[in-house]
Amino acid sequence: MRELIVIFLAGVLLNNFILSRFLGICPFIGVSRKIETAVGMGMAVIFVMAVASVITWAAQYYLLVPFRLEYLQTIVFILVIAALVQLVEMVILKTSPGLYQALGIYLPLITTNCAVLGVSILNIREGYNIIQTAVNGVAGATGFTLAIVLFAGIRERMDFAPIPAALRGFPIALITAGLMSIAFLGFTGFRLAELFGI
Amino acid sequence: MRFFSVLKNGITDENPTFRLLIGMCPVLATSLAVTNGIGMGIAATFVLVGSNVIVAALRSIIPSKIRIPCFIVVIASFVTVVDLVMAAFTPGLHEVLGIFIPLIVVNCIILARAEAFASKHSVIASLADGIGMGLGFTFALTLLSAIREAIGTGTILAAPDFGFSGIHLFSQSYSPVMMLLPPGAFITLGLLIGLINTITRKK
Repeated sequence: MRELIVIFLAGVLLNNFILSRFLGICPFIGVSRKIETAVGMGMAVIFVMAVASVITWAAQYYLLVPFRLEYLQTIVFILVIAALVQLVEMVILKTSPGLYQALGIYLPLITTNCAVLGVSILNIREGYNIIQTAVNGVAGATGFTLAIVLFAGIRERMDFAPIPAALRGFPIALITAGLMSIAFLGFTGFRLAELFGI
Repeated sequence: MRFFSVLKNGITDENPTFRLLIGMCPVLATSLAVTNGIGMGIAATFVLVGSNVIVAALRSIIPSKIRIPCFIVVIASFVTVVDLVMAAFTPGLHEVLGIFIPLIVVNCIILARAEAFASKHSVIASLADGIGMGLGFTFALTLLSAIREAIGTGTILAAPDFGFSGIHLFSQSYSPVMMLLPPGAFITLGLLIGLINTITRKK
């Protein structure tokens, strides 16, 4: 249990997907103009990343490894994720139109969100078991959501700030992300494993 | 010559990193050293050229409704080729670039060019577009990694895979480690794009 808490906290704060691993920069900058859309995107990512982590883990250990097809990992994982996103979209549309309205437009974008494929591959490389994989998927996505929501909050204020013309838009967004990343560097001081006695 | 105008377009007017502002993850993540930058650039260029040519060649056969999954399979196949080739011939670089090699699959540049260019143009034009976009990406990545490597380590062009220790500029003790950490990537790229905006605006 303590080990799972360490994986979760490390995924959210220490190895934040956006600010220290550089995964999912496109939606981070593209869908962060308003806090509401950032929250919607974050929720969609948490859901897809948790499910994708588990399913790609199963694909790896029940399909690729027994048949010695590990070299097909990239192709299989991206197809599984693309199919999963489609399926999730259809299920949400049928079962909960309200949720679909909130998340629907973000779902197709998630296929090419490198954080989803990234977390799937990282789970395998770290040698996690299925529980650790699920926790790591949720943790990575929670870190993504935390970063994108905080960033959206800053950007809403930034609309009114006097920014030099050349830096307006994308460049200032990157610089802001850099400053946030410095703040998150503070968490590297946490010795999580010692803290939880592992 | 149309071939060269398409080629040049990818490097300057529609540079994927500086102008189209897509495919940022590998640019930020792998720009620690010039060798990494060039290695990543070449890997992405190979995938881009390969997928552009195949998509352009198959553009009349692929049904438009399932075109995106088809493109993804083509791209993923080329990425697998690059992954295995790099693991065999440049194991050091393969190790450093880590998950960013399989992640070329979800690099927006490649899918965007397949969708926006290769699925509508001839094989030759798509080849030119692939080379141009690839070189533009490599150029941006090399420029950013040169700045980060030079300021962050005091050395430039270090290539441990080829037994070259790099050109020494100044002592490591004067170099800010921040340049090698994630914030250095974000801030340097932000300022670089700002600088390029300023230069192009004056023209």
